[in-house]
Amino acid sequence: MSLSATTAPPSRGAPTKHTQPRRRRGYSRFTKLDMKYSPYLYVAPFFVLFGIFGLYPMLWTLWMSLHDWDLVGTHTFIGLENYSALLSDDYFWNAVRNTFGMFVLATVPQLALALFLANLLNRPMLRARTFFRMAIFVPNVVSVAAVAIVFGMLFQRDFGVVNWFLGIFGVDAIDWRREWWSSWIAISTMVDWRWTGYNTLILLAGMQAIPRDLYEAAAMDGAGPWRQFWTVTLPMLRPTFVFVVILSTIGGLQLFVEPLIFNNGNIMGGTQREFQTVQMYMFENSIHNLSRAGYGAAVAWALFLMIVVVSVLNFVITRRSVK
Amino acid sequence: MTTISTGSKRLWRTSPLTYIALILAVLSSIYPLYYMFVIATRRNDAINDTPPPFTPSSLFGDNINRALDNDTANLLQGIVNSVIVASVVTASVVLTGSLAGFAFAKLKFRGRNGLMLAVVATMMVPTQLGIIPLWGLMQDIGWYDSLLAVTVPFLASAFGVFMMRQYASSAVSDELIEAARIDGCSTWRIYWNVVLPALRPAAAVLGLLTFMQTWNEFVWPFAILSSDNPTLQVSLSTLSYAYYTDYSMVFAATAVGTVPLIVVFILFGRQIIGGIMEGAVKA
Repeated sequence: MSLSATTAPPSRGAPTKHTQPRRRRGYSRFTKLDMKYSPYLYVAPFFVLFGIFGLYPMLWTLWMSLHDWDLVGTHTFIGLENYSALLSDDYFWNAVRNTFGMFVLATVPQLALALFLANLLNRPMLRARTFFRMAIFVPNVVSVAAVAIVFGMLFQRDFGVVNWFLGIFGVDAIDWRREWWSSWIAISTMVDWRWTGYNTLILLAGMQAIPRDLYEAAAMDGAGPWRQFWTVTLPMLRPTFVFVVILSTIGGLQLFVEPLIFNNGNIMGGTQREFQTVQMYMFENSIHNLSRAGYGAAVAWALFLMIVVVSVLNFVITRRSVK
Repeated sequence: MTTISTGSKRLWRTSPLTYIALILAVLSSIYPLYYMFVIATRRNDAINDTPPPFTPSSLFGDNINRALDNDTANLLQGIVNSVIVASVVTASVVLTGSLAGFAFAKLKFRGRNGLMLAVVATMMVPTQLGIIPLWGLMQDIGWYDSLLAVTVPFLASAFGVFMMRQYASSAVSDELIEAARIDGCSTWRIYWNVVLPALRPAAAVLGLLTFMQTWNEFVWPFAILSSDNPTLQVSLSTLSYAYYTDYSMVFAATAVGTVPLIVVFILFGRQIIGGIMEGAVKA
């Protein structure tokens, strides 16, 4: 294997006959060492860094979750006790419910809207297409912290723009941070604002990879734009759509910054934990309370398992239903 | 475009409704940012106005000075730190990514395919899984509240390796590398003189994406840095928690943190969007 680089691939046949012998002689010992080991040297930085700061902590999280672990103190092995405690922990299940609630509330309208916008941007005769693409993507350039700060103000009870707008239609001022449903809507709106444009562009890229003649054929049969969308675009878009759904799942279930900043850094979310997510609960049981790090590690693995299960489920469902 | 017959042209005509929908989408993308700038340039009591203020005023200087003078948030320190961290991480990710991408795309070595698969697999693992032990590790090696903690772990990225490999496979020809080899170039010389110049367009996009992502990163810096030595995002959150009633000050600071990226995006948005869309199709 290691020597194969010195022999030219047979497919590039033309000049080999002539150059091959000369080249073999030409490679010095240094060159041979160089060709053999340089590749490993070049890929090493990623693997070394990932090993130390990625893989090792992940496995350590698993080990930690089997202990009563104080991040700045002692630790005792307790087997699966953290996990069994987790199963009967109301705060944990509350966090799970909040996370899934906001995930669904954010993802479903977001993907529907992204699909709709991507389809509009895919119209072949559209003018100012670069402008539209860029303008729709701008929110993704803004940091999550900035989004949460600005939307925290838009969703203020007394002088927020959202309540002012709803007031025009006679809706009384809503205290967005107080109820679970209102806080979920506010937080999902932040997520959607930041990510709809991104998903639109990914879906648009998928749409543009669909061969034009399929549309030609559909148009010949008299299918209008929306009929073409259902019969050509959607089925052909399936791989991209699965990709987008998986990405949204991984990101959405780790929801953290928006609900944290929404209530001024309160790791519990609302006063009654109305919008505390699993990720926040993990922080509450580790970095905010160092002596409970073992329990926090169990929360981290539970979250990871949830992400895996939901991703696989979504994968199966989107594969089957978008047919 | 030329192949479209006049009949289907009529079918594919863009209706005014399309433009109306797109313009509405653009407006809702822009409005929160615009509102941020409006509040950042006004007296704080403008937030009480009904209807909400719609035009900027001239008090941005006052507001941002108040934010910079604030002792709790260390905004200036945060800006300097973010510039340092984002620049170092960007340079390194482009370098390590292009080196590894070159190796995976153009060099032959034992275990190449398996290692590449491993790189892709790491992209699917949520980073937060290791955050608690990582926090402990940083304590142990004395990197708590140090910029090293938010820089070193990110000096190479799986996405960078993946993206550069994809680009290198098509942008650099095997013949070119062979020719350089015959001329006696070492592998490093080939990388530096032949491959890297050819990778420049993809390297630029990777650099832009990495810079934006690092600049915007919140969770890990928030966990490992105190407000004495924050990044910009951590400083913004401190400011907004402590002074959440002084919106014009908080929004002025937020605007300062956001404007550089928007400028970068206006200048290079076409390439950034192109990079994201290409990546999606390949993945």
